[in-house]
Amino acid sequence: MIPAPFAYARPTTVDEALQAIADGGEDVKVLAGGQSLIPVMRLRLAAPETVVDLTRVEGLRGVREEGDQLVVGAMTTHADVLADPLLARYGQLVVQATETVADRQVRRRGTFGGALAHADPAGDLPAVALALDAEFVVVGPGGRRTVAAADFFVDYLTTALEEGELLVEIRLPKLGEDWGVRYEKFNRVAQAWSIVAVAAAVRREGGRIAEARIGLTNMGPTPLRARATEAALVGVDVSMETVTAAAAQAAEGTSPSNDLNAQADYRQHLAQVLTRRAVAAAAGL
Amino acid sequence: MTVTDDPAVPDAPVDLAPAKEVGQARRRKEDARLITGKTTWTDNMVLPGMLHLAVLRSPVAHGRITHLDVSAAKERPNVVAVYTGRDLAEEQGSLPCAWPVTPDMVNPGHPSIAVDQVNHVGEAVAVVVARSRTAAADALEAIDVDYEPLPVVLDMEQAVQEGSPLVHDSTSSNTSYHFVFDAGEAGTGADTDQAFADAEVTVSRRFVQQRLIPAFMEPRSVVVQPSGDNYTMWSATQIPHILRVMAAMVTGIPEHKLRVIAPDVGGGFGGKLQVNPEEILCLLIARRLGKPVKWTETRSESLMTAHHGRDQVQFIDIAADRDGTVRGLRVRLLADMGAYLRLITPGVPALGAFMFPGIYKFPAYRFECDGVFTNKVPTDAYRGAGRPEATFAIERIMDELAVELDMDPLELRRKNWIGAEEFPFTTVAGLEYDSGDYHQATEQALQLIGYDELRAEQQRRREANDPVQLGIGFSTFTEMCGLAPSRVLGSLAFGAGGWEQASIRMLPTGKVEVVTGSTPHGQGHETAWSQIVADQLGVPFEDVEVLHGDTSISSRGLDTYGSRSLVVGGTAVVKAAEKVVQKARVIAAHLLEASEDDLEFTGGKFTVRGTPGAGIGIQEVALAIFAAHDYPEGVEPTIDAEATFDPENFSFPHGTHICAMEVDTETGSVKIRKYACVDDVGTIVNPLIVEGQVHGGLAQGIAQALYEEAIYDADGNLTTGSFVDYLVPAASDLPHFDTGNTVHAATSNPLGAKGVGEAGCIASTPAVVNAALDAVRHLGVTDIRMPLTPERVWRAVHQGGDGGDRAAAGSNAQGASSGEAAAASTDPSSTGGHL
Repeated sequence: MIPAPFAYARPTTVDEALQAIADGGEDVKVLAGGQSLIPVMRLRLAAPETVVDLTRVEGLRGVREEGDQLVVGAMTTHADVLADPLLARYGQLVVQATETVADRQVRRRGTFGGALAHADPAGDLPAVALALDAEFVVVGPGGRRTVAAADFFVDYLTTALEEGELLVEIRLPKLGEDWGVRYEKFNRVAQAWSIVAVAAAVRREGGRIAEARIGLTNMGPTPLRARATEAALVGVDVSMETVTAAAAQAAEGTSPSNDLNAQADYRQHLAQVLTRRAVAAAAGL
Repeated sequence: MTVTDDPAVPDAPVDLAPAKEVGQARRRKEDARLITGKTTWTDNMVLPGMLHLAVLRSPVAHGRITHLDVSAAKERPNVVAVYTGRDLAEEQGSLPCAWPVTPDMVNPGHPSIAVDQVNHVGEAVAVVVARSRTAAADALEAIDVDYEPLPVVLDMEQAVQEGSPLVHDSTSSNTSYHFVFDAGEAGTGADTDQAFADAEVTVSRRFVQQRLIPAFMEPRSVVVQPSGDNYTMWSATQIPHILRVMAAMVTGIPEHKLRVIAPDVGGGFGGKLQVNPEEILCLLIARRLGKPVKWTETRSESLMTAHHGRDQVQFIDIAADRDGTVRGLRVRLLADMGAYLRLITPGVPALGAFMFPGIYKFPAYRFECDGVFTNKVPTDAYRGAGRPEATFAIERIMDELAVELDMDPLELRRKNWIGAEEFPFTTVAGLEYDSGDYHQATEQALQLIGYDELRAEQQRRREANDPVQLGIGFSTFTEMCGLAPSRVLGSLAFGAGGWEQASIRMLPTGKVEVVTGSTPHGQGHETAWSQIVADQLGVPFEDVEVLHGDTSISSRGLDTYGSRSLVVGGTAVVKAAEKVVQKARVIAAHLLEASEDDLEFTGGKFTVRGTPGAGIGIQEVALAIFAAHDYPEGVEPTIDAEATFDPENFSFPHGTHICAMEVDTETGSVKIRKYACVDDVGTIVNPLIVEGQVHGGLAQGIAQALYEEAIYDADGNLTTGSFVDYLVPAASDLPHFDTGNTVHAATSNPLGAKGVGEAGCIASTPAVVNAALDAVRHLGVTDIRMPLTPERVWRAVHQGGDGGDRAAAGSNAQGASSGEAAAASTDPSSTGGHL
């Protein structure tokens, strides 16, 4: 519970941060809230040479709109997300999922970008970002680039971020009033990670479902989309029968792990039940 | 009851002073400083020149140490010394076990630091002493150890088989002891085998009491300061007095040269009712180096190495007539000792032996228990210590019998209860229950929870085949508290008595110091004792200060556990106050020039009967006797007094707990819909503290039913090594509690108190499990293993069985990572504080 010695840098701009990362030696870790990194360091499962703390990089914090997109700074805390008027209006799926993240103290320090860059498949925000086809804006020694959510989450705790790169902002589509959303989280105690969770966004046109986006939390080494269910929902009448039938395909293509909380078959069962509930709620049933 | 130094005081109940403070829901006077941290926790202690200990712990569950090289660690910056078991082997002795439950109990001894062999993961292998805590932690990485692995013994049922590998080479089997209580042989009941042979109905079950971790909030911490040949030890312990005696015996430091101080202590739940290896190591190393040393555990160390609780396999048989009248009870336990016998490890299941018959009139009873060694951390006291295990088994099997007989579970219970008019009642286990009314508590609890409405809703949900089913579970229980009559403890081979001591010091300004030997660690003694003394002496509540936890201030005491503080320690306070008044009466009579017999004492004032206006307050008497200018011949110039109380019987709180549980049959998720309990804890000194104790106990009892389980993997590693995997519920995970009380005063102490510290924890677990089973029994479910995880419930509903073991199959870095991250949100040390 006492970390190994490390060097510490606290830049105030993105450029300074990139420089600090470049100068930090072999093993540099970026601290974007520290709710995962600090415990790992305290348990000495990670012993970075340098920690670059982004807390003072003001430019990475806050939410703005650009056309039909919301732009969320990577260092926007979960608490900021919950208090943000733009997200309240256009980003309810993010808000719902963020409300379930850990506890108040964690949400004061933990950040939107930090949670995504950590890419824990049991974390709540990666599946939401994936469901919304978020765009990840990354800067590094080679300049600035944008990575699609589908390409960002590569493997367990692994993203498309290259060495020396920094996630600076996340672009989300604004969801208008024709969208309904629901984050359905299943865990044993309020502060725990999701055993399974489902992020659903459904656009209705009249009595039919025009579009469905479903992200699955903790159903594999990365967040996943329930593509078969999404496809089955397009164009169907909104009813419990159609939703139930589509949700039965929610576990297709998933590869959940076995752990103390759940064996894989139980997770796959939960995915179906929770998808049905999430889609039904999002569709207004 | 016995007042040791004044046999003239009769044993009959005394007239208590009229209650003004007692019964008031006063806020706890200690809370402001505890909650804000404006106090001295042990880890806050900073002494000049203090060195810090860090402990290298075994990563293997069972192995021989074949190579141990600490030379590189000694070269690390700021390292002062490094010690191995070999370095300390000659002087470390064995950690004490104070409860040899049978004459032939096998105790292999327990070194504070392993010498040749390690027997559980987390056992101390080397100790680094450095100038800072961080330097000590860093140097651990430079120690080189090799282990030759030995076969790991984890499963009790396999461990007791012929040919099982042994935990200890020195023993002939993994069984430490075989303890038997047979009512027929004890003369307290009929022959059990005959009762079963004659029975119309018998039901047999196997229940598993999972291993739990006490998970107190403040980590364990020790500071030892040597001064010449004197030693002062500060420790986050429940038992400074017992620790002093034991540490003196283990280390050879003469008892009068050792002072132990338990400053404010942040919870224990039995987990700090222990003599810890690190306490002994701190003493040995401080003695060697002549410098103050400190050790504070990390949360990981705490979960891995502080003793665990429960862990029994229970085989229980019940015999009854077709009409529901119970005829016999037979219990066979396997109790996991872990790798060693700690302070009262073997006694925990034995203490439970007397509670299996519960509040039912069994004519026959037999109890057997095997204490079994495994390669896990030792078990020992955890809130309730033996009694929750017993209550669980009897309350679960009463429901099973009800099902077998097609009877209402409450009706079956009612039929077999001891009637209110039958007290005092000697049970088949030989205990004399003194008072109570089980029917009254039950009626009140049924009202509180709205029973009829819930049953109607349950029926509707069943008929509608609702995915969410509703169940209602009962637990009607009693417990033996107020530990304990010293003679009884002697008859059970316990290594100490059960008395408690208090003294009262009247200061010149009339303020009052109350010294109690019952050391608190969160219970609220300071408030409750102040209320008692305020009434007894007629002084303002604010004028009373309660001192505790320092063997130099409180010379005699037996500390806090077993719901004993108020019952035994509170009574000692009452007795001491009576003596103060007796002494003050003599002085007051002298000053008022009246006969003692003509004095009345009310509201803190002595007045002369028939002489209005003449009088003197006890606080004025305190000043007068301090000045000592004018006092009677042949009287000592003091009104201070001391008393020791040794109870003649246990106390027997009882109560009825009812849980209404929703079970989502689609996901297996369970949710407590309503929880009501009515506890009879005798006379209540402070209703707010009582309610707080009940709430906390319920949280821990419900946690056993639904959340907590210490799991070891096949190699003997603690899989639930952080608060991510070992789930301690928070307020948001618990329901609203509807609590109530009936009051039938205990007859074994003048306060009439029965104790409340463990009630909620003991009673709630079976009520919760019974409720869940009641919700899904119509779906064919007959048992679900604790904790009732959603997966277990789902599997029991959809696949049959009890939900099975929770194996971390395929558990990988993923689980670990989530584990660490969540530790940040739950580990108090990560916020820099220790609350």
